[in-house]
Amino acid sequence: MTAELLWAGATALAGMLDRGEVSSVEVTEAFLARSEEVDGTLGTYLEHTPDAALAGARAADGRRAAGKPAGRFDGIPVAYKDIFCTDGVPTTAGSKILEGFVPPYSATVVERCTRAGLPMLGKLNMDEFAMGSSNENSAYKPVRNPWDTERVPGGSSGGSAAIVAAAGAPWSWGTDTGGSIRQPASLCGLVGVKPTYGLVSRYGIIAFASSLDQAGPFARTVEDAAALLSLAAGPDARDATSIPAAPPNFLDEIDGGIKGMKIGIVKEFMGEGNDPGVRTRVEEAYTRLEKLGATIEEVSLPSFEYGISAYYLVAPAECSANLARYDGVRYGLRVEGDDIIRMTSRTRAEGFGAEVKRRIMLGTYALSAGYYDAYYGKAQKVRTLIARELEEIYERVDLVACPTSPTTAFRLGERTDDPLAMYLSDVFTVAVNLAGNAAINVPCGTSPDDGLPVGLQLIAPALAEPLMFRAAYAFEGDLGWINSREARPAL
Amino acid sequence: MIKDDLFETTVGLEIHVELATATKMFCSCEVAFGGDPNTRTCPVCLGMPGSLPVPNEKAVEYTMKIGLALGCRIAEHSLFHRKNYFYPDMPKNYQISQYDEPLCSGGAVSISGEWGETRVGITRVHLEEDTGKSFHIGGGGRIADSEYSLEDFNRAGTPLVEIVTEPDIHSAEEARAFVTELRSILEGLGVSDVRMEEGSLRVDANVSVRRIGETEHGAKVEVKNMNSIRSVARALEYEERRQRDALSAGESLVQETRHFDEKSGTTSSMRTKEYAFDYRYFPEPDMVPFEPAAEWLERVGASLPETPAARRARFAADYGLGEKDVEVLTATSRVARWFDEAAAAYPGDAKKVANWIIADLYGLLNEAGIELHESKIAPPQLAAMIELVDAGTISGKQAKTVLGGMFETGKDADQVVEERGLKQVSDEGAIESFVDEVIAENGDAADKVRAGNTGTIGFLVGQVMKKSRGGANPQMVNELLRRKLT
Amino acid sequence: MGSLDRKTVDHVARLARLDLSEGEREKMRLELNNILEHAEKIQALDLDGVAPMAHSVPLVNRMRADGVAPSLPQEKALQNAPEVEDGRFRVPRIIEDEG
Repeated sequence: MTAELLWAGATALAGMLDRGEVSSVEVTEAFLARSEEVDGTLGTYLEHTPDAALAGARAADGRRAAGKPAGRFDGIPVAYKDIFCTDGVPTTAGSKILEGFVPPYSATVVERCTRAGLPMLGKLNMDEFAMGSSNENSAYKPVRNPWDTERVPGGSSGGSAAIVAAAGAPWSWGTDTGGSIRQPASLCGLVGVKPTYGLVSRYGIIAFASSLDQAGPFARTVEDAAALLSLAAGPDARDATSIPAAPPNFLDEIDGGIKGMKIGIVKEFMGEGNDPGVRTRVEEAYTRLEKLGATIEEVSLPSFEYGISAYYLVAPAECSANLARYDGVRYGLRVEGDDIIRMTSRTRAEGFGAEVKRRIMLGTYALSAGYYDAYYGKAQKVRTLIARELEEIYERVDLVACPTSPTTAFRLGERTDDPLAMYLSDVFTVAVNLAGNAAINVPCGTSPDDGLPVGLQLIAPALAEPLMFRAAYAFEGDLGWINSREARPAL
Repeated sequence: MIKDDLFETTVGLEIHVELATATKMFCSCEVAFGGDPNTRTCPVCLGMPGSLPVPNEKAVEYTMKIGLALGCRIAEHSLFHRKNYFYPDMPKNYQISQYDEPLCSGGAVSISGEWGETRVGITRVHLEEDTGKSFHIGGGGRIADSEYSLEDFNRAGTPLVEIVTEPDIHSAEEARAFVTELRSILEGLGVSDVRMEEGSLRVDANVSVRRIGETEHGAKVEVKNMNSIRSVARALEYEERRQRDALSAGESLVQETRHFDEKSGTTSSMRTKEYAFDYRYFPEPDMVPFEPAAEWLERVGASLPETPAARRARFAADYGLGEKDVEVLTATSRVARWFDEAAAAYPGDAKKVANWIIADLYGLLNEAGIELHESKIAPPQLAAMIELVDAGTISGKQAKTVLGGMFETGKDADQVVEERGLKQVSDEGAIESFVDEVIAENGDAADKVRAGNTGTIGFLVGQVMKKSRGGANPQMVNELLRRKLT
Repeated sequence: MGSLDRKTVDHVARLARLDLSEGEREKMRLELNNILEHAEKIQALDLDGVAPMAHSVPLVNRMRADGVAPSLPQEKALQNAPEVEDGRFRVPRIIEDEG
């Protein structure tokens, strides 16, 4: 029974709870136990909150018994990347500089999910301040991929991906700035969504790059991901960049199929840089989409390369300012110093890891006197270029498709000596953040070469999530992979 | 002001105005004075991780009001920028401010004084947030010799408007006049308390002196810590003299920041290095641009009160008041409104109302240490009192006493007259008996008048007034005395 | 365009308040130069007529009404502070930035 609970998915669990087949306490206990079982190996959690989770589960059962559930998913537990502030629960952003920091407030995403009755299992490990593509930059411990524990789960939301892939949580929240949800989802064989910029409130999410960050769900199925996103999406008065209009419904037409849909394949992304195994599965995916009634045509995104350069100027520039507040004055780590400058400089030198320091330096330089126009200024213009190219593409097609990651999960330590190689993991994902579009990773099987998950990325124009979910749902259903035994990593 | 043909002084001012909104610029914490430290803070104004700024609509409106009142253009498209630097009173170590797309720009304010008239250009008016407050422990409260510091973030995030003038001011006198006029405009708009002593109005100056004929600008010296309008004038006078003396002696001046010392009236160097801070400005990604709708602008423009200049012109034209009286009665919009009400309630010449306020009422106000609007007398009550004098019910002298009574009690003039028996006696019979008594008691004086020394009548009039406890109609007394003695 | 020299690395580290070790500085210089070379690709582009990217769903005028909401109680504001004195955050003596 427990195994069925763990792999059932949130939608199925909701049905079981509704029919009284199982209680929220049972469900939550199952996930708590599984989390405990795998966490030692995988390094997924930075903070466990079993007491709060069970208290939440009991409350949910009480509400259901009284006929007043908080919502369809009342009592289904969830876990949050440690980048979401949680009132009274330590939050570190994977960094030593916030060791021991306990926020006196919660992120809007957390508040909304809590109000919907989702008990919190704990806070998930991540690359420090969301900077990384392998979760090897956590100041605490790396996260391992449940499919092969010598390999990375991807990053920066490595913990969020690994725990769902290992069935330690039915779903989880991560954030995506340049691919940090989609890429780990791809490497771990899960659905991961980066919503339209502004769809989900950033209030209470520790900022990395303000104009690129978005929170998004990890889940085993497209329907679950859409459901979790629905619980949090929508305007927030505390976030001036959140879209004021009520979001479209993501689930109503999710099973509408894709007959007549036009899907563009980015020709620049189909080249030599991909693992052959990745190329095989993704091309099969295109064939399957055609089979389901979509027409596939080739499209071109010539500026995508500039997109990476732009990303590696915009994100560090914004983060250099966003991370200036970590100075040992009001919270977090303080390393003593004779004067304020020495104290702050030592605190930051000791509290930040190498990747974070690298990006702060790069960002500070890019903004410094004399360089603004050449670096940050130009990079912001490149974004417009990319957004325009995508707009032109959307005049001809409804969605864009490509591999999420050119490779399957790589080994721990393989890329840590070469920051540039690490950055290139994001080559297919950053364009979406730069343009503010929406994108989803759907598993499309495992590589014939190494048996590791391969992911298909579907990219949609801003606020076209319903279309995106419909296509992903149709594909997933036809592929039938996620509910097979093969989709459960043997941990 | 130093007048000579050798040097010219150029001054530009940078003024910060703390807005009197209910809440801070980017969060809903209350804005207030005083209170226990760190009790008006939240994750946003403490710069906690994950917090986000949301601009205060009222602060934007007030800024537009200020811009319009100063004759500025309101930008069609405006942005907030991050100004990046580390300082412990800065919760985020960047200040959200405005850079090259401010809310308002390109206005002007005219000032006049003994030197003539000057049109001071307003370069820009923009919106930003204030920092927290540092307390330096050890070393007498100043940073330089302190052992450590304590930070209070109650003030952090308070909306601040920055007004920058063109370098169109050329003397301390003009600077004083400008700040006075600006303060008057801002006070009339009701957007700030504009109290320099409390810090809701702050003035920094850039001063440079050069030889007349020189094409190159003199070294720009920034002067800070001027905490009153008078300090501004004193500091600029000192600085102007210092720079002229230096140049005359053949010394060269450096670009620096100088601190004004209230006690000594002098400025001293704070920072000598020609250090240009690299603020690494970039557009604030946590907010979206500001594009004021036309109807909103119209509404704000329509709600602007009369400018001090317009009011002064109206007072002179409509009330026929002289320059000095106009200045006093338009010093604040509150006083002006009070006067308008009183003048409207009085059917006669407004100059009489002006005289009563300036010559008598102000004396009472100063003694009690209160403002005009704080006194118990309402404008129509003053008007009514003057009408009693016009009607001869009370004499001018009695009126002063009546005014005092009204000031104490807030009662109407006729009530005070009734209660204190101050009605002027104009019954000839009654007065005559007083007059006869006085003549009898002051034989020598009476003889003098009979002898032709009419000047002594004044003394006798005074005696009658005394006997009648001020109640006798002085004209009648005079007439009767003349009749009886000449 | 910038090829970072040691002096620039020191200056930027100072601006960013990062007390980097000697070894870190040299490593940083090399790594940053690498990344910048890559980033310099965009230098080739002529983007004179292009506006910098705004929000993907263009928004304007997002503000809030001037209504007071409760602040944090003092204990909560101070609860994560490394050092507190008299209800205020205590910091080592403040010195001016020499640039």
